[in-house]
Amino acid sequence: MLKFVPKLGYFAAILLLLPERAYAMHIMEGYLPVGWAIFWWLLTIPFIILGLRSIKKTIEENPETKMILGLSGAFAFVLSALKIPSVTGSCSHPTGVGLGTVLFGPLAMSVIGSIVLLFQSLLLAHGGLTTLGANAFSMAVVGPFLVYFTYKAALKMGLSFSLAVFFAAFLGDLGTYVVTSLQLALAFPSEVGGFFASFSKFAGIFALTQIPLAISEGILTVIVMNFLKKYNFAELKSLRVLPRKEVAQ
Amino acid sequence: MKKNILLLAIVILLAIIPIFMLKDAEFEGADGEAEEAIGEINAGYEPWFESFWEPPSGEIESLLFVLQAAIGAGFIGYFVGFTRGKHRKKEEL
Repeated sequence: MLKFVPKLGYFAAILLLLPERAYAMHIMEGYLPVGWAIFWWLLTIPFIILGLRSIKKTIEENPETKMILGLSGAFAFVLSALKIPSVTGSCSHPTGVGLGTVLFGPLAMSVIGSIVLLFQSLLLAHGGLTTLGANAFSMAVVGPFLVYFTYKAALKMGLSFSLAVFFAAFLGDLGTYVVTSLQLALAFPSEVGGFFASFSKFAGIFALTQIPLAISEGILTVIVMNFLKKYNFAELKSLRVLPRKEVAQ
Repeated sequence: MKKNILLLAIVILLAIIPIFMLKDAEFEGADGEAEEAIGEINAGYEPWFESFWEPPSGEIESLLFVLQAAIGAGFIGYFVGFTRGKHRKKEEL
């Protein structure tokens, strides 16, 4: 345990020494070397294919949930357009994939998250086509899977529905940007200190930027879930979203 | 309902507090600064691909971001109204 202390100290020092810089958004067009760009594309494509199948299956089994699927997409659309100021003095935006993941599973959000990213890279020059594979892997694959496993684990630990949703969305948001910094650090290892130096540089800073935004995303997801629980209880039941004790009520 | 309003207030506070806490901060979007950081680590790196189209100005870029949020929010508003209306009708029956 003690051997982690110097590392933590180093991490904290980096947080203090490099203020007011944040890299908390998608990787820009052309900023991943060709090899890495292709690598992340190849990793992401299977999830999109499986995601399309998963969405098709959900709609066939529960056609009444189509509107809620639309809502999940709209939620991701809105949240990823909101650049919000953060404690580091720069702005970043949440991802919005938590809601849809809890409702429809991680694979469905791989598709929806990728669509949002495609839209932003084509129309807003935010992110890019060559980096879309990498950005989709962080926001539409790792993010949703983190959400999914956190949600399941939280319910198993006996947390309430709202708290489970909150933590799931929070960690999915934060995890997305940890992966982004991992991807940047892999592509741009520092000459001094290599991968780890680059990673703490990218991650230290923007994990901090993202924390308040991840809290906001968690809360907003809970608000929408509260609404769905009140007015769309039947649909939530057929999607098997709710914990057993809530369904029994 | 009260709980949701309280939660929304927290979200708004989380966004406002940094603006007043950090008076000198620039609150820039991070994309440009990330380019700099990469330049520091690997000075020789040249981006090998350009966006096909970039919004000609910051104003137009923010217009498109607003449009993205508005389309999403529009659907959410439609969903909320539709669902509540349906719910009420069901209760009347």
